Amino acid sequence: MSELLFFSLLNGIVTGLLLFMLASGLTLIFSMMGVLNFAHASFYMLGAYFAYTISLYVGFWLGLILAPLLVGVLGALVERYGLRYVHRWGHVAELIFTFGLAFLIEEVVQFIWGKETKAYHEPEILQFSLFTFFGQDFPAYKAFMLLVSIAIFIVLLLILTRSRIGLIIQAAITHPNMTAMLGHNVPLVFMGVFGVGCALAGLAGVIAGPALGTFPGMAVVLGSIVFVIVVVGGLGSLTGAFVASLLIGLLQTFAIALDYSVSDLLAVLNISVDAESALRDLWALSLPQVAPILPYLLLVLILIFRPTGLFGKRET
Amino acid sequence: MSIKSTIIVGAAFATLSAFSAQAAEKIKIAFIDPLSGPFAATGTNGLQQFIYAADELVNKKGGVLGGREFEIVPLDNKVSPKESLVQLKRAIGDGIHYVVQGNSSGVANALTDAISKHNRRNPDSRVILLNYSAVDPALTNEKCSYWHFRFDAGADIKMNALTDAIKNNSNIKKVYIIGQDYSFGKAVASSAIQFLGEKRPDIEIVGNELHPIGKVKDFTPYATKIRASGADAVITGNWGADMVGLGKAIGETGLDVPIYTYYAANDGITKTIGEGGKNRIRLVHEGPVNPPSNDVYKAYHTGFKAKNPDKDVSQFRIVNVIQMLAKAMEQAGSEKPIEVAKQLEGMEFTTLHGEKVVMRSDDHQLIQPIHISVHTNENITFDSDNSGYGMRTESTIAAADTALPTTCKMERPE
Repeated sequence: MSELLFFSLLNGIVTGLLLFMLASGLTLIFSMMGVLNFAHASFYMLGAYFAYTISLYVGFWLGLILAPLLVGVLGALVERYGLRYVHRWGHVAELIFTFGLAFLIEEVVQFIWGKETKAYHEPEILQFSLFTFFGQDFPAYKAFMLLVSIAIFIVLLLILTRSRIGLIIQAAITHPNMTAMLGHNVPLVFMGVFGVGCALAGLAGVIAGPALGTFPGMAVVLGSIVFVIVVVGGLGSLTGAFVASLLIGLLQTFAIALDYSVSDLLAVLNISVDAESALRDLWALSLPQVAPILPYLLLVLILIFRPTGLFGKRET
Repeated sequence: MSIKSTIIVGAAFATLSAFSAQAAEKIKIAFIDPLSGPFAATGTNGLQQFIYAADELVNKKGGVLGGREFEIVPLDNKVSPKESLVQLKRAIGDGIHYVVQGNSSGVANALTDAISKHNRRNPDSRVILLNYSAVDPALTNEKCSYWHFRFDAGADIKMNALTDAIKNNSNIKKVYIIGQDYSFGKAVASSAIQFLGEKRPDIEIVGNELHPIGKVKDFTPYATKIRASGADAVITGNWGADMVGLGKAIGETGLDVPIYTYYAANDGITKTIGEGGKNRIRLVHEGPVNPPSNDVYKAYHTGFKAKNPDKDVSQFRIVNVIQMLAKAMEQAGSEKPIEVAKQLEGMEFTTLHGEKVVMRSDDHQLIQPIHISVHTNENITFDSDNSGYGMRTESTIAAADTALPTTCKMERPE
């Protein structure tokens, strides 16, 4: 049991931090522009595919640097020539624009790279097990993912709270008109934040591609969960996104690991259930089976009881 | 181009085609499978194998019935039973009597129903369904039809073979079953439990897990759980990205036990799993690839790779479909489905591999040797996905031992 708990904890943290890389960009974009960027996870997928193609020629490490930059530039272009243009018709138009973009990117990826899973692998120097605990290996690449994510969190936090750019971004989030009046180029800030947000998603894709698989469905698999994190953590709150990412990462991992069902819970409460009752399927429902819906359950609960999210200041 | 020369060229073409039509009318075979959408890769791979097999094994050898060639007519069904029925109508309208299909048992069930009905109503233009991959046991049991012939081994036959392999491995004491949460995943799990219970009652099922299909982003938590359960073997019916993710995650935990699978090879999967699944992933299948059984097969495989460098002979049964169909026509001396079906039923045949197979009359299930192969890069003559890795045969279950009783009671035409 302790083996399961220990590794679930580690896996949960790795998953959580990966989700954070996606959520951090999305939460900034969301709070600043008021746009739910449905295509955010598609930039994550683009990151993985770009890095895969680059790694074929110059290796993993250059891909790690070049692919997020490329995705960032692409994101900035999308903001400058797409979103900004669509913005004049309001938020609904922007929403639909990003929605369409997500489909477009998925189709383009299938068109260029095909439908099958790509053989995008970890670099060889990270292909060993870092330590063995209870006879179970922990791959070095997972530790590398952990380190990159933590580094990104610290750098982002420092930029946002300690630097001048960070101050302007924070001001632009809450008072965009006032910031513009003070002579700051708010559209440029928007473009920059959108670009950096996409680059972060791209980076997440680059490091997640080898671990979770590089295939056309990878954006869809992760897309909706990132929105849950943004809402649960609170709009525009980096700390909130961080905590919510870890929370959801751990929630999903532990829900799969622990084989408890509703009837177990009732047994603890000394309630016996009739095995033949019409609701027996409900009692037999186990935690791993409901694991996929738990984050969404959390989302609903948060929206009901704390609409600002865990750390947010504004209502969703 | 002037009008005059256009007319001349047109006339030349017309004469040419009229001539070739007269020389030998081709026997058309409709290929109804996905050529677009998420399963297009599997579909197009199958299509190329059919085209190559028909060209190489029939057309280049002078065709059948005195020089008539096979022509494969690709019809895209997007893995939808509804689209398949539309395409079937189209094929029938074009006077096609032979349909090959494989991807998805849902489609196979729909086609079997429609064809049985059509044949009852139109005895003059009957159609035969040659199923090369749909493995739902129902197709050769309660839903069997005289007009349906299955060349792949049904899911229960494969599980029977797979559990035979487990039976003989006394190191295996604990088995973990994991699959996708839908009919096929559940069918695999229940037949695994049934066969293991009969053959090795001492084996403990330490896990029976279903995960959402196509929605799991990270299989590590599942792998951790499998590792912690102390399993000595894993059985899964997973395919596509779910197979890749599971194989990789189990490899990363350092768990060194056999993973018995149905679909963990080719179409990009072998290449993606790579080193992580070496000597772990096992595949239960027909048609041994490594080591090549004989020079005839070697030449066939080499020829296919020369023509389709990015594809593999991933479904050897396709060769059997083409060869057995040709043989049935020759024996019948006709291409009329009613005569050909009579010949196919109970046909004994020796495959390119030199394996003896028989199309069982009771249920039209091809009874053939089943192989358990391991994913490795050692002693591989023909790799998959050009990755250096391939499937090497570890054990073989003789054809007779794979046969299972059937409940099929088919209606035969007079």
